[in-house]
Amino acid sequence: MSTVEPAAPDATTPAPAPAAAPSAVEVRETQREASRRDEIAPWLVALEALRRKGEPEWLAAQRDDATARFARLGFPTTRDEAWRQTSVAALARTRFDNATRGALDDALESMPAFRFGGAFAGREAVFVNGRFMPELSSLGKLARVRVRPLRQVLADDPDALCGLIGAAADDDKHPFLALNLAAFQDGAVVEVPERYTVHGPIHLLFISTGGAASHPRVLIGLNRNSQATVVESYVSPRGAHSFCNAATEVLLGDGAVLDHVRLQAESEKAYHVATTATRVSRSATYRSHALTLGAALSRHDLGVRLEGEGADVELHGLFVSDDAQLHDTHSKLDHVAPHGTSREVYKGVLGGRARGVKNGLIVVRPGAQKTDAQQQSRNLLLSREALVHATPQLLIHADDVKCKHGATTGQIEDAPLFYLRSRGLDEEAARALLVWAFAADVVSKLKVAPVRESVERFLRERLPAAGAVPGTRA
Amino acid sequence: MTMLEVRDLHANVQGREILKGLTLTVNPGEVHAIMGPNGSGKSTLAHVLAGRPGYEVTQGQVIYQGRDLLTLSPEERAREGVFLAFQYPIEVPGVSNVYFLKAAANAIRKHRGLPELDAMDFLALCKEKAALVELPEELTRRAVNEGFSGGEKKRNEIFQMAVLDPALAVLDETDSGLDIDALRIVASGVNKLRSPQRAMILVTHYQRLLDYIVPDFVHVLADGRIVTSGGKELAQELEAKGYAWLEKEPAPAASR
Ligand SMILES: Nc1ncnc2c1ncn2[C@@H]1O[C@H](COP(=O)(O)OP(=O)(O)OP(=O)(O)O)[C@@H](O)[C@H]1O
Ligand SMILES: [Mg+2]
Repeated sequence: MSTVEPAAPDATTPAPAPAAAPSAVEVRETQREASRRDEIAPWLVALEALRRKGEPEWLAAQRDDATARFARLGFPTTRDEAWRQTSVAALARTRFDNATRGALDDALESMPAFRFGGAFAGREAVFVNGRFMPELSSLGKLARVRVRPLRQVLADDPDALCGLIGAAADDDKHPFLALNLAAFQDGAVVEVPERYTVHGPIHLLFISTGGAASHPRVLIGLNRNSQATVVESYVSPRGAHSFCNAATEVLLGDGAVLDHVRLQAESEKAYHVATTATRVSRSATYRSHALTLGAALSRHDLGVRLEGEGADVELHGLFVSDDAQLHDTHSKLDHVAPHGTSREVYKGVLGGRARGVKNGLIVVRPGAQKTDAQQQSRNLLLSREALVHATPQLLIHADDVKCKHGATTGQIEDAPLFYLRSRGLDEEAARALLVWAFAADVVSKLKVAPVRESVERFLRERLPAAGAVPGTRA
Repeated sequence: MTMLEVRDLHANVQGREILKGLTLTVNPGEVHAIMGPNGSGKSTLAHVLAGRPGYEVTQGQVIYQGRDLLTLSPEERAREGVFLAFQYPIEVPGVSNVYFLKAAANAIRKHRGLPELDAMDFLALCKEKAALVELPEELTRRAVNEGFSGGEKKRNEIFQMAVLDPALAVLDETDSGLDIDALRIVASGVNKLRSPQRAMILVTHYQRLLDYIVPDFVHVLADGRIVTSGGKELAQELEAKGYAWLEKEPAPAASR
């Protein structure tokens, strides 16, 4: 990995004719534009190199559009409303190469830790730096569910995904999403047939290695009245300077039920940017559990459209940030159809000099009467230097709706702390127990035991006095 | 050895002096009742003894089993055998009662050089102690005090006391909020915990409790000082006459 030097002035470009002295504002704008172009230039070169011959035409056209959009938008800056608290300047200036063999070995060495003790054997697809690794995957237990590498689907049936890629994720204003579409090499396509219930969770494991950038793309489709649990986990070996820019699209047919777990536990030096975009049809249920534990900088855009009457959505989120980590989640619940229900609870635990951003938007469209939407963001600060920006927003265009939102940020309270200490727990242990308790309701909602246990293990290791924190089954 | 000796204790809460020269001596095996009007400083005394941060002692001494209690952290006091049953027990959502109590009991046992209890032994102990105050076992598994009724919270405090086996227990209005049946149950639990090695300080407004838990001494706390002390008859006198008559009497030698 290397940092791009600011480009030298291009000697072949004639200097602009001296005109009336530009205003300070104009000068600043010009400078910004120049630095933006410098920033994306190496990315555009890298995109060009990723171009593959023989892709279906529709995809090539989509990629061209996406590339143009990315070139036009550039990387967001803190002057963009949606990125006010999250600077990606350092990420934009970093040049990522292809993974070296050594980095891959690191990843393989870390594999056991990422594998949840083999809990998902037979239902697990593994990707390293965005590419499917058949020799690491095991997909033997899937019966009628199809879990296939995206690249293979494109090869086998070039038009199968036409109209599906980008069907949920709208990249008009999101440069990283455009970048993903322009750059993705592979990913997963999960398809569950009508009225079929998948027993046992499907695991999509994305491993990033040091110095590598990847743009994995996932498409999950649940046909009418089917049910499944899909776990996406994003990891990288300790110390890896990786960049993962993921995009997941979920399409739920009428009456379908998806439990969607997303675990981000990348290295403390990693950059992780991701979009999850879900469309929920009539009487379908979408439950998202997003656990954000790793990376130096992590941004997740989670958008859900409730398109069919009676759609039911739950978003459970937990981020645990320490040191200089920055965790940013922007969620959007878009109620389009009537009688939709959405419940969102996001919790953040921040220590050290961590920064957290939780932006939550609820939109109720004109036709979406009888919407019942509730959104809560609760944050616990463990140090004076930690900071969180929690911004709930409501945009309501229907009159017969119930909407509630709230955001709270606080420290560990004195009264319970004293209560626990007065029973003999030392201060550290009492604090650890209270942090544990704060996170407990989000963690306990995780029905996938290996993931829940790994989050509990993470919390136990992270909390200073692990002794006071309950075992997996107290 | 004396269990507790409080000498000329002055304490501030948020910069205001609440305890204004309180003196009290408690011996092992004794039960002392402290009564007094609202706001006189009873809970402040209880919290100072338990070591609540923010309660600032400006003058005086507290000697517990021959040691300076005031230099110890709340957890050290608990491990040394001081227990406070809170007037308003705190809810701790997400922390299971038994889990928390096991961590507490083992911290105390470790401090006393006893082996830690494993889950099985601890559950057996809980069962036995919960029966003492007729606390439904289901409540011991729930989050600490969360959604408990007022009476259940008070019972839970005595249940915790029974499990932690303190040398000095301070019960701050454990009787308030209890109906007569619950009061009888809790009092009988407390009586079973009386022993020659253990001392108790009962803070109460009502003679009622003292019909069930008969104290060795009764003290009246008013305006941050013990203004009068006596035997159990004093409680009856207070019940009949209220506190007003005390204000006219000079404070006994106990204060200052
Ligand atoms: N945390 C606190 N912050 C501010 N003032 C306090 C605090 N705790 C107690 N006080 C004040 O100290 C005084 C004594 O309060 P304390 O709770 O000790 O009284 P009490 O005798 O226990 O009364 P009650 O019979 O109502 O329980 C009161 O005036 C009260 O308002
Ligand atoms: Mg009181």
